[in-house]
Amino acid sequence: MPSLNYVAPATVQEAVRLLAGASGLAKVLSGGTDLLVQLRSGRTRPELIVDTKKIPGIIGIREENGGFVIGAATPGMALFEHPTLKQTWPGVVEAANLIGSKQVQGRASLAGNLCNASPAADSVPAMIAAGATCLIAGSDGTRQAKVEDIVTGPGRTSLARDEFIVEFRLPKREPRSGDAYLRFIPRTEMDIAVVGCGVCVTLDANGVCTAARVVLGAVAPTPVLVPEAAAALVGHKLDDATLEMLDAAARRACNPIDDKRGTIDYRTKVAGVLARRTAAIAFNRASGGKSAGGH
Amino acid sequence: MAMQGLSRRGILGGTAAGLATIPLSGRAAPPAPDAPAAIPPPVRTPEMQDITLQVNGRRIALAVEPRTSLLDALREQAGLTGTKKGCDRGSCGACTVHVDGRRVLSCLTLAIRCQGHAVTTIEGLAIGEELHPMQAAFLEHDAFQCGYCTPGQIMSGAALIQEGHAGSPEEIREWMSGNICRCGAYPNIVAAIQTAASEG
Repeated sequence: MPSLNYVAPATVQEAVRLLAGASGLAKVLSGGTDLLVQLRSGRTRPELIVDTKKIPGIIGIREENGGFVIGAATPGMALFEHPTLKQTWPGVVEAANLIGSKQVQGRASLAGNLCNASPAADSVPAMIAAGATCLIAGSDGTRQAKVEDIVTGPGRTSLARDEFIVEFRLPKREPRSGDAYLRFIPRTEMDIAVVGCGVCVTLDANGVCTAARVVLGAVAPTPVLVPEAAAALVGHKLDDATLEMLDAAARRACNPIDDKRGTIDYRTKVAGVLARRTAAIAFNRASGGKSAGGH
Repeated sequence: MAMQGLSRRGILGGTAAGLATIPLSGRAAPPAPDAPAAIPPPVRTPEMQDITLQVNGRRIALAVEPRTSLLDALREQAGLTGTKKGCDRGSCGACTVHVDGRRVLSCLTLAIRCQGHAVTTIEGLAIGEELHPMQAAFLEHDAFQCGYCTPGQIMSGAALIQEGHAGSPEEIREWMSGNICRCGAYPNIVAAIQTAASEG
């Protein structure tokens, strides 16, 4: 086995310096629930692991300007246990809490789920729907990016080799808005999405949608933001004709693979159905309902 | 295997002799009645780093490679074989331990990053001969058959009650969904957790 070094720097600058100075493959470690599996299987053979968890602020959640700042390595269970995050962005928290088992959620982080760059990552469509951004540190300082601009393909991201995500920002939620995430799997727990769908909508006083974001997971090489699906909702109430337009737009956005979890036809059909169901929950939440998410 | 020359009783009684152990708290296990032979130290490789883990209230000095999982460090080096290796890839829950009171999968946790954190394994739940309520409930309800998944089930069940998710059988099933039992002892496991929760 090639030699492997482990370093746990205490500052962002030191972490960036280590990543920039690595001669071979360097991997950023947050929760580690994907990286350790890949290390053991030999799928990844880094020469350096940079553990970010000693960096102050990389774990934790704080409210800022009505929104939330979530440290990149904050475990999913901490999102679930936060007193106000789930009330404000229930779709994001529900999506994060679908990742692996409860034990995995004691470790697994939003940054890891995003940068592992699986097309089926549960938290990513929900974060994109919510309009989340991330703060990225690198040799040239820090930059902000939209979450939808990070994943470029299965296992690939737009981050440079000396860059890593420091924190996520969830915006202040608009009045009369709501988000939701649903995934379809053949069982209720411990599985990988056949299709995932995140929706965030804003309504006017009459229940007419004024803004929407619809995101599909596991139906393309990356999570996909579907403006056509959002356009199907804007200007409409949640009636049958609107849902039919949403369903059709979601199906048109699909470019899935055939695998043991589902055929292309099956995934495409499920995407439309899941978009309907997710939108219904988001509309209900936006109009003040306490609709629970599901699986 | 590092098990050779060790007695099961000695392992259950506490940390293997031959390792520098310093009790840290009142929960420390009593000395082993028949101290096992020292575990032969692993062959030293250039990658190895010396670390100190705090396991079940004792400090344990180990030399580990960066890639060594907490599970392997506990089983192969600390002699704490109560934590089981099922899938070794985060799917089955048999290796569940607590780190700083939160349940995690020791197969998906690097030993090297557990320095400065409190690790509790199945060996650390009982106080002397007095079983943890979850252990007693598993015995009472016969909540296992082959027993291989049981340490993980018990560690998960104990954490689940601390997390406040033992409100109903449905809630228990969901929050125990990361622990797989191939014998299918689930009804008795849920019953045991309900009993332990009601006594808590």
